[in-house]
Amino acid sequence: MTVEISLGYDKEYVSKFSEGLNEPEWMKTLRLDALQQAERLPMPKPDKTKIDRWNFTKFTHDLRGEKMESLAELPDQILNFIDQNKDEQNLLIQKDQRPAFASLSQSLKDNGVIFTDMKTAVKEYSDLVEKYYMKDGIQVDEHRLTALHAALMNGGVFVYVPENVQVEEPLQAIFWQEDPEAALFNHVIVVADKNSSVTYVENYISHNNEEEEAVTNILTEVFAHDNAKVSFGAVDNLGAGTTTYVNRRGVADRDAKIEWALGQMNDGYTISENYTYLMGDNALGDAKTVSVGRGNQKQNFTARIVHYGKASEGYILQHGVMKDKATAIFNGIGKIEHGATKSNAEQESRVLMLSKDARGDANPILLIDEDDVTAGHAASVGRVDPMQLFYLMSRGISQKEAERLVIHGFLAPVVNQLPIDAVKEQLTQVIEGKVN
Amino acid sequence: MAGSTLEIKNLHVAIEGEEILTGVNLTINGGEFHAVMGPNGTGKSTLASAIMGHPKYEITEGEVYIDGKDVLEMEVDERAQAGLFLAMQYPSEISGVTNSDFLRSSINARREEGDEISLMKFIKEMDGTMDLLEMDKNMAQRYLNEGFSGGEKKRNEILQLMMLKPAIAILDEIDSGLDIDALKVVSKGINQMRDDNFGCLIITHYQRLLNYITPDKVHVMMKGRIVKSGGPELAQRLEDEGYDWIKQELGIEDETVGQKA
Repeated sequence: MTVEISLGYDKEYVSKFSEGLNEPEWMKTLRLDALQQAERLPMPKPDKTKIDRWNFTKFTHDLRGEKMESLAELPDQILNFIDQNKDEQNLLIQKDQRPAFASLSQSLKDNGVIFTDMKTAVKEYSDLVEKYYMKDGIQVDEHRLTALHAALMNGGVFVYVPENVQVEEPLQAIFWQEDPEAALFNHVIVVADKNSSVTYVENYISHNNEEEEAVTNILTEVFAHDNAKVSFGAVDNLGAGTTTYVNRRGVADRDAKIEWALGQMNDGYTISENYTYLMGDNALGDAKTVSVGRGNQKQNFTARIVHYGKASEGYILQHGVMKDKATAIFNGIGKIEHGATKSNAEQESRVLMLSKDARGDANPILLIDEDDVTAGHAASVGRVDPMQLFYLMSRGISQKEAERLVIHGFLAPVVNQLPIDAVKEQLTQVIEGKVN
Repeated sequence: MAGSTLEIKNLHVAIEGEEILTGVNLTINGGEFHAVMGPNGTGKSTLASAIMGHPKYEITEGEVYIDGKDVLEMEVDERAQAGLFLAMQYPSEISGVTNSDFLRSSINARREEGDEISLMKFIKEMDGTMDLLEMDKNMAQRYLNEGFSGGEKKRNEILQLMMLKPAIAILDEIDSGLDIDALKVVSKGINQMRDDNFGCLIITHYQRLLNYITPDKVHVMMKGRIVKSGGPELAQRLEDEGYDWIKQELGIEDETVGQKA
């Protein structure tokens, strides 16, 4: 495949884009290096999913989202994701990659917590961002899409929680693609320094249809330093015209915990990678994901936990529902490196098929280079059990409602993990909309 | 006339092409408790499941009516709406759906929109019924039948029976796998339902259950149909003498039907 990034996104464009944002020199250099690499690096090769005809290049990059005066300007479909009863919002809304609304409680500010949009963070916390940005999490040169992302990053969020600070109230970010062709090259970094804890929840939302083509290329890096804990929740709800590459990666040091609860509800073609590196002893990674595929959607989900630290624990739980002619691959990979003794890798992948034309593959993989470990996996692909429907209907419940109960029950283990009630309810409604 | 009437006329049922019921006739009125007894493999459970509309069973001949309405034309949920209830021998486990949410959905399914049971009333009624059935309160918040012991599942079936208050209930081997204490509790629940508006068909393998629930009529099934009917004294004679005397009387050598015992 030739490099379509030459279609207007060349060295000159990237330089100007960086200068226009008043970025520090390191970021401009990183972008230009990445652009060069993007031209020679291959595309990623997700297992069993052909992506060579997916749209990764047709989009509008330079965007002019507008600032909002108050939350009241939001349409209901966005407002519903926000718990409006709270006095103090820890909330950041980005509309077409421009910060539109930001609010952080005074007590968190006083404690040194940073929660700001990425463009601001790159300028105001340049050293801190540079320390984490595409260094120990995701590398620029992993493949063409990571390099392209680094060259064209146009938004995102930076979260930093200092040592010993416990953030009790969740932080929430909403990334709203209102312009149907807007490209989201979104970069999120969440850092929990030693002995700190934070809950972060993000929502990606767009309503573009199949003809309105757009691209999202999302990289997320989560760092939990010694004895820190990060709970990361997400509801991805991008429209049918948006092709998504999303890579959420965590790095957990000694005694640190990273817990993911991901609701992957996009309507377009999607590659989703969720990797957790357990670097320190006793580190824990817990990845829970749900997804629903419909229409002609093709999706590829990989949850991978890599154990380096001794006595580290990794848990993967993936539940997917496929209807219509949707296709999805679910890869669950537990990798235990040599020396990670006493580690435990567990995973479970379940796919529920609602139509005869839907396809789902669950591939549980354990790669173990150490003897003194425990590991286990379970996987299943099946249809709604007619006996379950018979049982529910024998109590007077209609077939439609019975199916709804079974599907919700099937996805509940992840939905219940989401930390913000408004988001949990929203995910439930998104699921409802997708399965009915 | 009080209560509902379930009429089963010349019912023939096949599973995977093999005939299991060979012409069952039975009428149950509100206020009556009927027991259907018989050795294993004679078609008792098939009768229960077929009336409720189990997807595996095919009705090849005959009719079933509730209050004159054609049951066999109804979907499974419509049969329940019409007043039928089946306490199953092997209730399904449904992950992610709590027992209490399920029960409330079931109750509201038979009410008009806007007339749903209030949460307070529901909780009060469920608490009271669970007390009577000596059930652990946390079972309300557990996922439907998931990880329940055999005895817990049976109690849960009776909990649903008591909360849903059907016109006609069919209890399929509700006594199997219960110890004597659990059997007493379950029987207490069923007896509490007894009134003119409630009819019950109790399917059992053992006479034991009938020590606690006295049936008005007792039927013996063999070879896929009812071969003998009588009063409670018939159950007692079966307890004392077994089934051989019936086989002799009727000249039946093998009482089972189909290939599966």
